[in-house]
Amino acid sequence: MPQYAVLIYERVAPDDLPAEVMQAHMALPGRIAEAGGRTLAGLALSEPSTATSIRGGLLTDGPFVETKEVLGGIFMIEARDLDHALELAKMTPIVEGGVEVRPLIGFEVLEES
Amino acid sequence: MLAATVRVTRDLDAAQESVQDAYVAALQAWSRDGVPQRPGAWLTTVARRNALNAMARRRTLRAKLPLLLEPEAGEMDEPRDVDEIPDDRLRLVFTCCHPALSQEAQVALTLRLVCGVATADIAHVFLVSEPTMAARITRAKRKIAAAGIPYAVPGPDDLPERLDAVLTVLHLLSATGHAAPTGESLVRADLADRALDLARMLHALVPSEPEASGLLALLLVHHARRATRTDAEGRLALLEDQDRSAWDQAAIGEADALIVGALRDASAGRFTLQAAIAALHAQAPSYDETDWPQILALYDELLRVWPAPVVALNRVVAVAMVEGPETGLAEVEQLEEEGALAGYRYLPSTKADLLRRLGRHEEAADAYREALALTENAAERAFLRHRLGGS
Repeated sequence: MPQYAVLIYERVAPDDLPAEVMQAHMALPGRIAEAGGRTLAGLALSEPSTATSIRGGLLTDGPFVETKEVLGGIFMIEARDLDHALELAKMTPIVEGGVEVRPLIGFEVLEES
Repeated sequence: MLAATVRVTRDLDAAQESVQDAYVAALQAWSRDGVPQRPGAWLTTVARRNALNAMARRRTLRAKLPLLLEPEAGEMDEPRDVDEIPDDRLRLVFTCCHPALSQEAQVALTLRLVCGVATADIAHVFLVSEPTMAARITRAKRKIAAAGIPYAVPGPDDLPERLDAVLTVLHLLSATGHAAPTGESLVRADLADRALDLARMLHALVPSEPEASGLLALLLVHHARRATRTDAEGRLALLEDQDRSAWDQAAIGEADALIVGALRDASAGRFTLQAAIAALHAQAPSYDETDWPQILALYDELLRVWPAPVVALNRVVAVAMVEGPETGLAEVEQLEEEGALAGYRYLPSTKADLLRRLGRHEEAADAYREALALTENAAERAFLRHRLGGS
């Protein structure tokens, strides 16, 4: 099945997310499976103030792009087509923000040799 | 035929190639054996077979890489085929109008793939260069392929929203046809005609959808009145001055029947309501006999289901006719304050007209000038200048 990245943009910091929202995030892969999709992997990002950016060899404290809704996490799913992927992505619990759905050209986890 | 082949290939460009190959094969075979009894079906079968063969060859490549799309230079317009399977045309329309595509992409794709309009002509209507329009279409096709936009009619849960997107595109095509934003004359007949044809097709394909009937009715009313939108010199003619005997009564009658049918549904949608308003105007024997209270009631309902600033502005015209220009002016000023219509030329032009009717000529002149600054269409400019001269 085609693969998609779902990028989570959230104004509320991960530490400040209410308990129900955290629970909903935990329950998401199960709901996605029930809806005929599959969650392949997920990345929970630490908040943007902990980021370090490198541009042309120079370091900056903070994310590459400063936005009000910050990139909080990314998860990878399998879906039948874009409509299915959008249906699944809409299940993502969001307090203030939204999601971006982008098709994957490839997804690989490298094994230690 | 393109639609039927896309169903096999799920790939718009491969489909177009297969279709062209089929035509070439047809020319060769028919000159040898004579034209078959159902040429459309013959072509469709050959195109599909070509497409299947091509798909088998390309299967592994396509699985790995994003689709490489070929430029459209030298492509011929495909004639519409009466033997086309209607279901496939429907799928094609819904795919071209998928909300994951920007509206300008939806419009361009629909014109190119559903109507078969040449890229150069589409570019001309929307006032961009041909390479720009070609790039827009290519990007849209690429997105369909890469993001996996399905080639399908939406399921019942999604259908109302998706249908609304299709109807919006068709309405936009028609509106563009009737009033190209710049350029010398107000009417672009062929675009409006194509929109009407598509609306008919859509209505025939989804006869149980009241909004599809509503849109067809709306376009029919616009079509009925197109002869009088401008006078013999191409000048803008106001509704009150138009010669109603030149309106196509058959089209108005057809629209009326559609609206009555669509209004039977529990809650009328925005296209049905717009059609009802247009029909009330079209059926009034004269401007003075226009049923403004009924039109205002329809606008109230339209604003409720479609709370857009443009609708609020159009409603003001009806308010002014029912409750007087003073009340209308207050509402226009309220809209002005809200700011959502900044840059929209019909806000100052409506305000100007109301001020003129109230005898406040200096303020009217200011508003006409403001409208002129926002208007590029020559016919509309001439009208505004004329008002400016008079007030």
